[in-house]
Amino acid sequence: MSTAHESHDASVDAKSGKTTTGHEWDGIRELNTPLPRWWLWTFYATIVWALAYWVVYPAWPLISSSTSGVLGWHSRTAVEAQLADLAQLRATSSARLNASSLVEIERSPELLSLARAEGKVAFADNCAPCHGAGGGGAKGYPNLNDDDWLWGGSLAQIQATITHGIRSGDEKGHQGVMTPFAGVLSRAQMSDAADYVRSLAGLVPANDPGAQRGAVVFKANCAVCHGEDGKGKLDLGSKNLTDNIWLYGGDKATIMQTIAQGRGGVMPAWGTRLSPSTIKALTVYVHTLGGGQ
Amino acid sequence: MSVPTPKPEPLAPSASAEGAEEPLYVARRQIYPQSVHGTFRRIKWILLAVTLGIYYLLPFVRWDRGPDAPHQAVLIDFPARRFYFFFLEIWPQEFYYVAGLLILAALVLFLMNAVAGRVWCGYLCPQTVWTDLFLAIERLIEGDRRERMKADAGPMTLEKFTHKTLKHSLWLLIAWWTGGAWVLYFADAPTLVVELATLQAPTMAYASIFVLTFTTYVLAGHMREQVCTYMCPWPRIQAALTDEYALNVAYRYDRGEPRGSLKKATALREAGKPAGDCIDCDQCVAVCPTGVDIRKGSQLDCIQCGLCIDACNTVMDKINRPRDLITYESEANFKARSEGKPPVRHIVRPRTVLYLALILLTGGTMLASLALRDTEGLSAIHDRNPLFVRMADGALRNAYTLRIANKQLSERTFLLSVSGVPQATLDIVGAGGATEVTVGPDQTRELRVFLTTRAPLDPGVSLPVTFIIRDKATGAQAKVADHFIGP
Repeated sequence: MSTAHESHDASVDAKSGKTTTGHEWDGIRELNTPLPRWWLWTFYATIVWALAYWVVYPAWPLISSSTSGVLGWHSRTAVEAQLADLAQLRATSSARLNASSLVEIERSPELLSLARAEGKVAFADNCAPCHGAGGGGAKGYPNLNDDDWLWGGSLAQIQATITHGIRSGDEKGHQGVMTPFAGVLSRAQMSDAADYVRSLAGLVPANDPGAQRGAVVFKANCAVCHGEDGKGKLDLGSKNLTDNIWLYGGDKATIMQTIAQGRGGVMPAWGTRLSPSTIKALTVYVHTLGGGQ
Repeated sequence: MSVPTPKPEPLAPSASAEGAEEPLYVARRQIYPQSVHGTFRRIKWILLAVTLGIYYLLPFVRWDRGPDAPHQAVLIDFPARRFYFFFLEIWPQEFYYVAGLLILAALVLFLMNAVAGRVWCGYLCPQTVWTDLFLAIERLIEGDRRERMKADAGPMTLEKFTHKTLKHSLWLLIAWWTGGAWVLYFADAPTLVVELATLQAPTMAYASIFVLTFTTYVLAGHMREQVCTYMCPWPRIQAALTDEYALNVAYRYDRGEPRGSLKKATALREAGKPAGDCIDCDQCVAVCPTGVDIRKGSQLDCIQCGLCIDACNTVMDKINRPRDLITYESEANFKARSEGKPPVRHIVRPRTVLYLALILLTGGTMLASLALRDTEGLSAIHDRNPLFVRMADGALRNAYTLRIANKQLSERTFLLSVSGVPQATLDIVGAGGATEVTVGPDQTRELRVFLTTRAPLDPGVSLPVTFIIRDKATGAQAKVADHFIGP
């Protein structure tokens, strides 16, 4: 080790030969180890970058807006541009879906796989939150895999339901509701009606006294919408009560709750949000989930 | 232990604070290999022509596969996810053939090593071949060893500048062609050449060419032997694989020593004293592309290209001494000779037999599985959500996504059937009740399939089911197992 630097100068450390910062704590001095130049220059460069960024991009928040930046870039317009690019990318396939009828799409293996591929993604993006990832449904949200349809399971009916929704506020949407009977029927009458409904699906024997009393209540109050035979009416969206598929539950308590409080689930109208070709793809996808008629 | 432990020597003082740190490896010494003529040089020229010829021209070789497949003999078709090699077509799920090929390549490398040392390094490795080509160009333009050394040591002149410019331009041209040939393996070669020339090719093609031009130019033009010495793991691995029976390029020190000038050796011989054949002319060092002195014995830097053998033989012929002072020789032979025993040639020994057996086993297995592989495939995915569906009439239904693969280059019709579920009906979406499915040539087709049964099933039951496709024309079958899940 060289002794050239050994001096009594307080600013040079005798041991290492390095200069010190001049700070001293109880005789312990801090070696001067400056930042590497490349680090410093990178740091300055980032400052310059940040200043340029303020000018070029939206940066400073104002009271009700923000500075817009000279480029005029906006995240919303960027998304719109990307969506336009996507539409461009899909233009050919969308045009083919638009040009073919739903039946034609389902008959052509190529169009079917195209529609199912697009429909699957559109379903996951828009429908899965309520109907489940595979369309399996949940309480209040119909299972789309079975063949029990409130508003019809043909291609055209599914397309109409998706486009206009149910109780969605859309003029062409399905409107029927299950009216609450809480002030109309007595609790005993509702109990009897529930027994009768359960007997229609075979959950209670037909000769059950409650069910027999309920038949009268049903005829007077329910048959208007659900039909004399309880099989429901498509144009009203009234449920078929004779099968064993229940939207809210088939146990007596749930049925009584349904009678007392009524039901009226809402499905949004997607015609205003999705393109016609996407709705067609979705229609084919839902139709081929298994219940399509 | 009875042996007293020696006192450890004081460690060398660590690098001082003044920064007097020594470099961790020696600086590179520019190597100027001299031109050489002889058997091994000829072999190397031929191998260079053959290997580079294959590399540059193979993409243009055509192979007729009918109207539904590309006509390029060797093609890695990423967009279509196919690999074509003459009569072979590999699908992505058959990628294990490529793994098998790599295993086979490793075993062949081991065998080459056990028989004759670093054959790969000296003759076949792309690094060696391209460096050889670049050196040949350097020699052509700048002259042989002496001229090059003189020019490099002297000041920049117009001639030197012209030579260097021409050399680097030619190197870049070859490097560019090397990158260009690489991308031709990934698309139809004649089409891509036109696209590249008219600037219509994909950006990725230009980027690949740029990167490979750069690496070829740097590795073969500038890095050269440093790639072998510092970057490549194979020298280390082969040092562990070799044994005393493996042939290696070796200096016959038993014949060459004591070395000395031709004058001295002649004088010694005339005086009846022993004299070695090595006249210390350093020709073996001058021609070496990695700059080693083979007379120092087997070493890591030596790629065993055999050029020193040619150089030495030329000298031996001139001074009328027997050839092969430097030659392919095994450790065992040196030993046998020193003990006065006859030479040993153990090419057939457990090591080589084992490698050969493994090569035949791997190659045979691959060939057999290639020859016997099915040209149809079937896979099934059960719907995960919902697992089962109860129909309005009480029937139970499971849904599956099937995928049928047709690996033949013609359209085929399959009949789909299923077994394992009592009273089951099978429905294919979009098929209108039919169970016949047509799959295009060299394609797969996805089907959504429903399996419905009215049979009463126990709660929680999971029945094994088997889907079967049968080629309507040939009767070839493929099966896949899945489950039918009950309530």
